[in-house]
Amino acid sequence: MIQYIFGLFLIIGILFSLFTANIGAINTCLLETGQVALEMVFHLLPLLCLWLGVMKIAEDSGLLQKMARGLSRLIGPIFPELDKDDISLSYIASNIMMNILGLGNAATPFGLKAMEELNRHNLIKKTATRSMITLLVINTASVTLIPTTVISMRTYYGSTSPTEIVVPCMVATFLSCAFGLILDRIFAYLWK
Amino acid sequence: MNFIIPLIVLLIVFYGFFKRIDIYDSFIAGVKEGLEMTLKIFPTIFALNLAVQVLLKSHILDYGMAFLKVPFAFFSFPKELLPLAIMRPISGSSSLILMSDVFKNYGVDSYLGRVASLMQGSTDTTIYIIGLYFSSVGIRKIKYSLIVGLLADLMAILLSLFIVSYWFY
Repeated sequence: MIQYIFGLFLIIGILFSLFTANIGAINTCLLETGQVALEMVFHLLPLLCLWLGVMKIAEDSGLLQKMARGLSRLIGPIFPELDKDDISLSYIASNIMMNILGLGNAATPFGLKAMEELNRHNLIKKTATRSMITLLVINTASVTLIPTTVISMRTYYGSTSPTEIVVPCMVATFLSCAFGLILDRIFAYLWK
Repeated sequence: MNFIIPLIVLLIVFYGFFKRIDIYDSFIAGVKEGLEMTLKIFPTIFALNLAVQVLLKSHILDYGMAFLKVPFAFFSFPKELLPLAIMRPISGSSSLILMSDVFKNYGVDSYLGRVASLMQGSTDTTIYIIGLYFSSVGIRKIKYSLIVGLLADLMAILLSLFIVSYWFY
């Protein structure tokens, strides 16, 4: 699926700019977007190191396994495939928690680590499991209490009340996430 | 909110001390994992970014917008917000710029400005997240995840319109 998105975006983009005599822009784009990717990775690298380092302490001391058992009651029903003491539950819970607190940067390392743990029990390699998809649905819905970027942009553009959107935004994000989770359940049963 | 992360670190380090494990060794092992993971996800970030940027710079979406205006107008979807709605699942930085354009052109505290705020705040960049998370563990068959993710985005966009209408007016 991703290979089609990747291919289509490139083919359509290049062909369309050829027809509209805009190929110069694509030329610069091809040569320069690598820089952007590099900056993104540079931004992510220290965060991954920090959180995986700290979480390794939690794992080796047994705290993570303890947390998983406690949290499995809370988020277990959303992930019926997982065992009660599966440590991927801890990573999933940390990922959701960081998202809710608006610490999106800290959420990514936990999310990626959770994927790694989920893939460990994956029987059919290279194929997404049900739990992986549920985790992604939660992440793409961006369940957050305080949308910090939006608030700072609203302040910058001179809003009389930058934070007036916080509660309505919360309602929208929780409802759309719930909708996503329901769809996820339905698809999990229908998709064979 | 500043105390949350230091508190988590304190708790974990303290617990490790209490359990008498070699916390320094553990931490270093984790950092190494972080380094390896970064190397593993770099190709994905590079590839996705390239494809998305080429599509954006070709401006084909601007033309596509013209065709989509008709069905969207039928559902009385404000045409000023169409670019943002389409860009939201594809590119985080572009949708942020489109949101500021709405603020600039129609006012932050206008109906359109508020809906744009909700659209930006209530969902995330679905295509990027799906690409990054699945590629990081080498998943090729992503099944129904993209469909569900995009449908949830559509729901968030429609909810933004409804909620702003009922909440503020």
